Amino acid sequence: MMGEISYLLFQALLAVNCMALVFYGVFFVKQKEKIRTVARLTLLAAGVLQTLYILFRYLQSGYTPITSQHETIVFFAWSVTWAYLSFRWRYTVKNFGTFISLLIFILLLIAAVASRAINPLPPALQSWWLPVHAGIAVISYGFLALAFCGGIMYLLQEHELKSKRFGYFFTRLPSLESLDQLNSHCLATGFVFLTLGIITGSIWARQAWGTYWHWDPKETWSLITWFLYAAQIHQRFSAGWRGKRAATMAIIGFISVLFTLWGVTYLLGGIHSYAQ
Amino acid sequence: MPSDMILLLGVNHKTTPLAVREQLAMGNGYEQPLHALQGIAGCKECYLLSTCNRVEILVVAQEGAQVETHISRLLFGDSVAPEQYQDYLYIYRNDAAVHHLFMVSTSLDSMIVGEAQILGQLKEAYRHAAELKCTGPILNKLLHKSFSVAKRVRSETLIGASAVSISYAAVELAKKIFGNLQNKNVLLIGAGEMAELAAEHLIGQGVRKVVVANRTLARAMDLAKRFNGTAVSLDELFSQLELADIVISSTGAPNIILHKQDVKPIMRARRNEPIFFIDIAVPRDLDPELNDLSNVYLYDIDDLHNVVEINKSERDKEAIKALRIVDEESLKFQSWLDNLSVVPTITALRKKADEICQIELERTLCRLQLSPDEQKAIEKMALAISSRLLHDPVSFLKNTSCKEQHDVKVEMIRAAFDLADKN
Repeated sequence: MMGEISYLLFQALLAVNCMALVFYGVFFVKQKEKIRTVARLTLLAAGVLQTLYILFRYLQSGYTPITSQHETIVFFAWSVTWAYLSFRWRYTVKNFGTFISLLIFILLLIAAVASRAINPLPPALQSWWLPVHAGIAVISYGFLALAFCGGIMYLLQEHELKSKRFGYFFTRLPSLESLDQLNSHCLATGFVFLTLGIITGSIWARQAWGTYWHWDPKETWSLITWFLYAAQIHQRFSAGWRGKRAATMAIIGFISVLFTLWGVTYLLGGIHSYAQ
Repeated sequence: MPSDMILLLGVNHKTTPLAVREQLAMGNGYEQPLHALQGIAGCKECYLLSTCNRVEILVVAQEGAQVETHISRLLFGDSVAPEQYQDYLYIYRNDAAVHHLFMVSTSLDSMIVGEAQILGQLKEAYRHAAELKCTGPILNKLLHKSFSVAKRVRSETLIGASAVSISYAAVELAKKIFGNLQNKNVLLIGAGEMAELAAEHLIGQGVRKVVVANRTLARAMDLAKRFNGTAVSLDELFSQLELADIVISSTGAPNIILHKQDVKPIMRARRNEPIFFIDIAVPRDLDPELNDLSNVYLYDIDDLHNVVEINKSERDKEAIKALRIVDEESLKFQSWLDNLSVVPTITALRKKADEICQIELERTLCRLQLSPDEQKAIEKMALAISSRLLHDPVSFLKNTSCKEQHDVKVEMIRAAFDLADKN
């Protein structure tokens, strides 16, 4: 019974996210205010559905659903959605929603393909550190994903402005300054969460494995990611790195995030790779 | 009137480098130069236009007087040796002068064809001249005509659309770079006509501050006052570039004034804050390679034209249409001028007839004993005879079918009726 509801809930949130993407896509083409309102409401509904699904899964399995590949990606999509909605509440960046809803939908599609089976929780993960550490880490990924999307939009728009040949995107993309602001804001927030994620992880590691730092591949790559973002933020404040360089760095940083999340698990393994 | 001629002398951005233009004695203010022009012997009407791209003097003068030399000396002052005058100065007479004035007023002679600023400047110049009673019947008519020609060109061709859309495009681009323009600073390098237009558009968007940098500070101050901004000299350009967000350059400099290697350190000092350069000068003021620097966006006038998608051939087509209107209106004005010489002749003719009637009536009436009614009838008859006699020569004069012989006709009638004094 619970399983069926959870299954249907996932199908529903996938469908609603798809609708949000379609509405945002139509808005991108037509640029009509009304459609944007509809798209926003749909995405909000999708966010609510995602939350419900995660809660359901929690009730179903009895632990925070953030261990298997499917769960992690849903949680990732959830954090992107809510990071966007929280960001949207403070700033308006033209047509940002279109790019974000595409990213969310891609994530959910991957989640849909992954196995939805509920596995018994390995003993090492039976701790209240699980939701704290993994949750915080994935929330940071949500904000870093926003910076990634903003970076792509920045590069597109910058290309139009520099080449002076204005194509389809020029009128539809926001101003460079607002994209740069987005980059700075999302990186700052994402970086704080990323740092907290690493700190909580290392405390948990001390409890579970006895030492704070193992040089396990996942830890190493998290650290590399952290340094990439730290360097970028430092450079922004000290040397005024902004614009194209900041956008490129946000994209590189996010690739490193994705590698930490998936690449490490599948390519490098290590004791940290539970989600298989 | 045939002994008067319309004379236009001037220098503009095409003929004269900025360095020379700025030293012209007549470059600043209107009152004093206009008084000086009034003082020239043989100069009946005068008018002066002074903008950052041109100084032009228009006079109605007696033929044969040494007006041209006097004016050139006044115009150049001591800055240029008399032998060099002809390198810079252009002189148009009569039809050509009228034609040139119309070219200027319709902005066909401007750096940016189609800009509307020049018409305002022309009106302003006319206001000064009219206030000082420098203009007379011919220049009044001519200048008003130049305004209406400009309006006609504006309404019948798309020439104005391109200039307006250029500054509109500049604003749109600025918005794509900066988003909100409200806390941005604008720097104008040089004080061109088009720069003013673009600056006005930007101010309409609520930019924070306008700084005008110009070689001569006085001019910069004039312009800065209009925009409630500040004026600086060109020596301060680099330090100003550190503070500016949008830079509009329109100096008449023959070479590039800002190179890539100049801007590089400035970007460091700005901590890579984006900067938007708009180069509307022809020839260019800014190194095209500036665009390669990151966070630097450079658009020159051709780029802006491309943005608004008005291609060159279309622009040229509109310019040709505008030129046709100018030609047409110049011809019309010429025929008005020609008629002007007919009118006093007719007046003189009628006056002479009236005088003869009056004298003959007096002689006859005092000899005859007539009742008032009869006297009136006789007076009426005399006037009717004279006006019927005059009808044919007057219509002969007014007939415009054979224009070339206009002067001949006027001379003939004047001689036949012995209208010796021509005024």
